[in-house]
Amino acid sequence: MAAEPIIQVEHLTVGYAQDGEQTVLLQDVSFQVLRGEVFAILGGSGSGKSTLLKHMIGLLRPIAGRIIIDGDDIVAANRAERRSIMRRFGVMYQMGALFGSMTTLENVRLPLEEFTEFDDEAMDWIARTKLYQVGMSAAAHRMPSELSGGMQKRAAIARAMALDPAIVFLDEPSAGLDPITSAELDRLIVRLARTLGITFVVVTHELPSIFAIADRVILLDPRLRGVVATGTPAQLRDSSDPRVHQFFHREPEEVMP
Amino acid sequence: MSSSTAVEFRRGAQEWVVALAGALDAESLPPIWARARAALSESGGAPLRVDAAKVTYCDGSGIAFLLDLRREALRHGSRITIANLAPRFAELLAQFDRASLDDASEAAPARQPRLTEQVGRAVLQLGADLRRQWRYVRRVMVCLLYELRHPSVVRWKEVLSVAEEMGVNGLPVVTLIAFLMGVVLAYQSAVPMRQYGAELFVANLIGLSMIRELAPLMTTIVLAGRTGAAFAAELGTMKVDEEIDALTTMALDPLRFLVVPRVIATVSMTPLLTIYAALVGLLGGGLVMLTFQIPLITYFKQIVGVVSIGDFTGGLFKSAVFAFLVATVGCGRGLEAQGGPRAVGLAATRAVVSTIVLIVVFDGIFAVVFHLFGF
Repeated sequence: MAAEPIIQVEHLTVGYAQDGEQTVLLQDVSFQVLRGEVFAILGGSGSGKSTLLKHMIGLLRPIAGRIIIDGDDIVAANRAERRSIMRRFGVMYQMGALFGSMTTLENVRLPLEEFTEFDDEAMDWIARTKLYQVGMSAAAHRMPSELSGGMQKRAAIARAMALDPAIVFLDEPSAGLDPITSAELDRLIVRLARTLGITFVVVTHELPSIFAIADRVILLDPRLRGVVATGTPAQLRDSSDPRVHQFFHREPEEVMP
Repeated sequence: MSSSTAVEFRRGAQEWVVALAGALDAESLPPIWARARAALSESGGAPLRVDAAKVTYCDGSGIAFLLDLRREALRHGSRITIANLAPRFAELLAQFDRASLDDASEAAPARQPRLTEQVGRAVLQLGADLRRQWRYVRRVMVCLLYELRHPSVVRWKEVLSVAEEMGVNGLPVVTLIAFLMGVVLAYQSAVPMRQYGAELFVANLIGLSMIRELAPLMTTIVLAGRTGAAFAAELGTMKVDEEIDALTTMALDPLRFLVVPRVIATVSMTPLLTIYAALVGLLGGGLVMLTFQIPLITYFKQIVGVVSIGDFTGGLFKSAVFAFLVATVGCGRGLEAQGGPRAVGLAATRAVVSTIVLIVVFDGIFAVVFHLFGF
């Protein structure tokens, strides 16, 4: 696979304004995601990783910087351009965010109905192939409330892949899952990345999952308001930087009295 | 990319050939897909060869298309081969196991119950719902009586904040509705009564109807929409988010912790709102009477002469009972919520509908009872 960047984050500064005061969460962050890789954004609670994700998928606007997705800057884009960029990626939200009023199949069908010209039968069939790819064929006609947490997330991945995006963003895929289900989801992500060539950007803090799926990771640190380290999971694990070491070896901030 | 996409059907020596060329993706496929299906059903079971040599690109929907061709062909009893597909796309196609993809569960056809069955079920459900509501209201009353005898355990801070939200913040809408009701009532009755020179008695009409009936009724119906729905949505969201379970496992009774403060706040604020609504309504009527050359002082003296203290307290008592219904049913519908966001919306709707129905029913009961006791 050619190591060509598909996402470029350049000099990004993000934060939020509350009561007229501006709090900067990340200062001057730059990194690249390469086509076809599984890229993980790591960090503890409050390090701004979810905020970074929300900026990358265009839900929030940064204070400064550029985010280039597949050649187009999503920050500078106007509404119409932004929507066309958004169609090139899929997002799986932390809790799946399946629409509770529709069956699993209808959830996957929805983007096809809105953005393609396929007839009903073709859309049903495409949605079924997506569900098959995540191992959810049997649950096609069940409502999201009847699915377990792991199944909801798999269905959400199928929905994110409905339009064959080049990139899929995953927000905390292992949140709220037991280790076995979480490992199954990891295997699914790796399989989809390898067979379909989809680029995955995963926000997580689960160490086992990072070693199982990620080609490269960046580690965010709230004290630094930016990226502490970039590299393969193994490189970061063996890093001599105390902050990286602390994260990868699960050392608590302070020793409890 | 899609401009070069093409499909061609040829009858070969022993078989039909479907020649595909260009990019198979969501842009190019929609017109081709239907044509391919139609051609397949025409082929009449002849063997079929899909030649994908010229396919330059194939995404997930392209793979789905090829799979669908294969499925359709098998359904029509033709043998099908997919040839010359580039290896990286062939690998994608190979992921799909035909048997298990076709096995994918079909929607179970929902059995349409017969009309008699539907009616029977609805009646049973209504009965169960009424019984459940009655048990719930009884429990709320028990909690309420206990807390009224032990005022120190009541969460007064919550009571005050609910009272502010439902009472004080409800003033503008109550003002508007009561004022306009007074105005409309005065105009509607003054015009015909003027024909008999009885404009002055419009004051009797407005005074009695506002204080006995309309102020309590309209205020609580506004509350049902405003406050009852808010209670149902708030408690419903808490239920869906497991906050109610958290309270229960902390050994805190949600009824005592959430419902009773709301009931106390609503029942104590509503009579005040009702008095206010009655005054505003009378004022609205009075302003209209001015245009019929009846001075305010005459108007008010007429009202004071005809409205007894019994009318006044009766109206207040009714408003307190209605307020109890609004708060109790609103909270109850919220606590019943089960599932996701839709359940919360449903709870709010059911709270408003059942409260308004109950208010009107109780108003009828009061009318009969007051009449029997000569009140």
